[in-house]
This record gives sequence, C-alpha cells and structure tokens, in this order.
Amino acid sequence: MAANKEAFLYTKEHEWIEVKGETVVRIGITDYAVDQLGDIVFVDLPETDSEFIAEEEFATVESVKSTSEIYAPVSGSIQSVNSRLEDEPEVLNESPFEDGWLVEIESPEPFSQEGLLSYEEYQNYLSELED
Amino acid sequence: MKNYNSLIFEISQPGRTAYSLPKNDVDTVELNEELPSHLLRSEEPELPEISELQLMRHYTALSNKNFGVETGFYPLGSCTMKYNPKRNEVAAKMSGFSAIHPLQPTNTTQGALQLMYELQEDLKEVTGMDAMTLQPAAGAQGEWTGLLILKAYHAKNGEGEQRKKILIPDSAHGTNPASAVVAGFDVVEIKSNERGTVDIEALKAAVGDDTAGLMLTNPNTLGLFEKDIAEMAEIIHDAGGLLYYDGANANAILGKSTPGMMGFDVVHLNLHKTFSTPHGGGGPGSGPVGVKLHLEPFLPVPRVEKEGDRYVVSSDYPDAIGRVKGYWGNFGVNVRAYSYIRTMGPEGLKQVSESAVLHANYLKSRLEPYFKTPYPQYCMHEFVLSGSNLKKHDVRTLDIAKRLLDFGIYAPTVYFPLIVEEALMIEPTETEPKEMLDEFADAMIQIVKEAEESPELLREAPHDKSVRRMDEVTASRKPVVVYQK
Repeated sequence: MAANKEAFLYTKEHEWIEVKGETVVRIGITDYAVDQLGDIVFVDLPETDSEFIAEEEFATVESVKSTSEIYAPVSGSIQSVNSRLEDEPEVLNESPFEDGWLVEIESPEPFSQEGLLSYEEYQNYLSELED
Repeated sequence: MKNYNSLIFEISQPGRTAYSLPKNDVDTVELNEELPSHLLRSEEPELPEISELQLMRHYTALSNKNFGVETGFYPLGSCTMKYNPKRNEVAAKMSGFSAIHPLQPTNTTQGALQLMYELQEDLKEVTGMDAMTLQPAAGAQGEWTGLLILKAYHAKNGEGEQRKKILIPDSAHGTNPASAVVAGFDVVEIKSNERGTVDIEALKAAVGDDTAGLMLTNPNTLGLFEKDIAEMAEIIHDAGGLLYYDGANANAILGKSTPGMMGFDVVHLNLHKTFSTPHGGGGPGSGPVGVKLHLEPFLPVPRVEKEGDRYVVSSDYPDAIGRVKGYWGNFGVNVRAYSYIRTMGPEGLKQVSESAVLHANYLKSRLEPYFKTPYPQYCMHEFVLSGSNLKKHDVRTLDIAKRLLDFGIYAPTVYFPLIVEEALMIEPTETEPKEMLDEFADAMIQIVKEAEESPELLREAPHDKSVRRMDEVTASRKPVVVYQK
C-alpha cells in the first residue's frame, strides 16, 4: 500500500513522521534525503527499548558519499526497528516512505506536532533549497 | 603491463619459487612434538608461488599505477598535497637520526633530542602556544590527545562530570566529532550561517556550564576565515569552556596569524600537510599538539627538556595524561618537518601561505563563471565549488571527478564539506606553477562544456585507466576483504 505522504509530518533535517497512534510514531527519511545521500550501503539502527530525547542522534545512514546522523524528532523509547535494513540497506533507496522506514518511537506523552512541518510546508522548504 | 590487474595469488604456480635456501645444516625439529596442538596450523598457509622476475614485475606494475604529487597535480582539498622537498629525505637518512634506538642512553642521542626540542620551539612560535608534544602519530590522534588534555583540565577543576559537551560546527572535518566521541564527550553540532562561517547566535544558544569546549578549523573547510573568532573565543571562555584548533588548514596562516592569537587553548598541527612530509599512502603522519600555559601540566610524557646545554628526558608530571604513542611518535617524519622549517625560515613560511592563498583565489576566479559558488567572498588556501549547476545534464560531481582523471589530474575532494551540495573542494597549494593552475582550470572548463554537449563522456569516465568505474556500492554493501579462490 502506498504511503499517504501528504498526511506525514516532516523536519528540516529531511525526516518524515507518520503518526501511528496517540503516542506512537514511525520515522524515516525522505526521498530528497535519499537522493542527496546516493546509494546507501549501511544503516545503523538503535536497540529496541533504548531511549532518546528529541534532537538526539539515534541512527546513522552511510552512503558511498558520506555518513549522516539521524536525529530523533520526538522524545521516547524505541518500540521497533526495521531490521530488514541491516541486510538490505538498498531498500531505503528503493522505498524511503514505505519499506525503508527506520524506527517506531513510543513517547511518554501524547504526540505533538509542534515544530514539525506539514507536507505542504516541507515542499515549500525544498523549493527554497533548490533556489 | 598497463592493463595488468592480477592479484599476486592469481599468478601463482605450484612449486615455483623466488628464493633458494642454503642446505639445512641443523637438526630438523618436529613441531608437533615441541608445541601444543592448538598452536599448530592444520592446513598449509596459502602463499603465492612465483619467480623473482614475476615478483618484480608484479610490484613494479603496481608502483606504476601510483599517483602522487610527483606524477601530477593533486588538488585534494584540506589535504595540502604540496611537494615534499628531497633535502628532507637526505636529513631523515642521516645515521644520527635513522640508525639510533629510542632506548639508547640520552648522552648518545643528544642530536636527536636537540632536534625534537628545537622543533617543539619552532612549532610553539608557529602556533602561539606555550608548550608542545611531538608524540601524536597524525591529525586525528592529535585531536584525541588534545581532547584528553581538555578533559583532564576540567577534571582537575572538579568539573569533569559536568562538562561533557564539545561544540563542533557543521563544516568541520569528520574526524572532529569522531575524536570527541572516542575521548568520551557528547557532540553538539553548530550550524553555519549563509556566509559559510559559524553562526554566532547558534553558538551562544548552545554554550553553557556543560560546555567542555569548541573544536574549530580556521580557516574552515570552506576555505573561509572565521572572522568572528575573537568573539567566539570570548563566548566559550566566559562559559568556562576551552577552544581546540584543528590545524589541518594551517597552510593558510603561517607567519600571518596564530591560533594562540585567536584565543585557542589547544592546537594540533598536521606536519604531513603544512610542513611537507609525505602522506596520502606515503605516510606516516605526525600530529604534534600545543597548549597554552594553563594546560601544560596535562601534556603527555615523556618530554624533552633542556638543562644548561644538555637535552634530557623527563616524565615527572603527575597530572600528565600519560603516553599516547610508543617512544617519540613518528620521529623520522618530525626530522623532515624540521628540515623544511629550517630550510624555509620565517620569511619563507610566510611566503608559503601567501602563495597558497593567491593560488587558490586565482583558480577560484577562473572557475567561478562555470560553477555554482556558494560563498562568493575571497577564500584562503582552498575553496569550494558546487557542481549542482550540471545536474540538469544528469551529470554529478562524481562524474566531473572521474573525468579529471583522464586529464592526468587527481580529483579534488568531493562531497565534502557536507553543507555544500555536490561539493568540489580544491586546494592547489603553493608549490604549483601558474602553468599547472591554468592547465587544471582549462580542464575543468572543458569538462563543463562536455557536460553540456556530450554528458556520457563524463558519466563513463575515466576512459584511459586500467580500471574504470568501481562498483563502490556492492563493494560497500557486500565487501570481500579476504582473497577467495
């Protein structure tokens, strides 16, 4: 099933956030991020149950060009990780919004959209970058 | 042999040898009677079996594939691939330096100790620091050493647990955050502003009583001088933090400014960059660390000191972080750097930086009309272009880099710094003649024209090398690191 990208929230660090429940979000990186990185060769994901605060680094994505840290857009504990990426990092290139999701985080508090971008705001941000 | 790419194992023939041993004139020992079984290998080692001539051809062919500053232009940004004068090699080969052992009594190695002492004095002058260690083996180890010194300083002041954060700009060399993590710190990234320098407001917002220090390269990796450095130093010092200077780009400031003058407390230099010792596969490096007076107690031991007209070794510093490298670091490299400094003299070193900056600005001005230039101001010893204007031809910076190889030119640093899209980072160094700078500029301009007219020429480059495009993706995803039949 195709992801409903328009309902996702975004960060200026090119992450997407899909709200899965009142306190659970799924996180990934956008097609723009993947295009900038090029061919992804390694994804280092956190352990389940490890805890992160917002803006803390929680994962690393390595491509043939560079290694990039991924920062937690919300605070919480890692509920599940996409372990498929360990052996098949190329899935992130092929399907960044769907099969290439990174982690699901459960927050102690109900999810807040504060500081995050809507789909439209993110698209506007991208066109600013292109200028 | 141009297209020869065999592994030595692949040319092996059973029974062929490149040696003939003399007749054995001692008793044969059965190893399995002398050693426990777990120390004995059960299979024969798989060693290549070839003749001496094959051996020579194999390695000569490999050596002919080498590219170095003596084969062509090598504008690798932030790496300072300058020519390494041959007189440095003559000095390093002198038996008083090359045929001694670090454990010899010091009364038999006074010349070597004097050289180390005087090199430390010279580097103190160059950096504006009060004390120096020559131990660290290269830049990243220098960073790690400097950070351990910084950590020991905070611990001594009872703030070791409190000051855990190292602030690092997003334009920094990747080794900076890596060294900070290895030294036990947490890294906080500071954004650059639209002029390519540290955003002072972002720095102010990040600094606090948990700040251990700031790591900064000046000029930074964009080749831009951080003009606000005095204000930045004040912000960090007022918060109780210290400033670390990454000397990777010191080739831009010799005799013009010093990290000490800028307010830095700890410095490392890359002798293999700024002071003309071989590197880039020809290493090893050397990464001396200098400190201001308040950090001197923490410098590594042993230290070389002068007592009257004798040179002595002392380890009597209870607050020292200890030893960071065996013996005296990469001594032979330090001899070469000393030879270079004494050859150039203070005026010569100043000329080095003036020419390095002039060469970079000349190239920048020739190439600016053909590329996107994210930062228009004058640069220091290097500059960054963006190849993003060629994306419309479906050509990437990687393709430009590969096409340059066809011109007999080593590619610049690409895709770094990370804050510039499709980055090309170019550092010509002071040792290139103008004709070479023009040849490079002409090649780059021709490549831009090719991108418009026949982009496949770039996408399929290099054309005349024995190996074309590597499959970097498969090599990274499924690396084979051991020879397999």
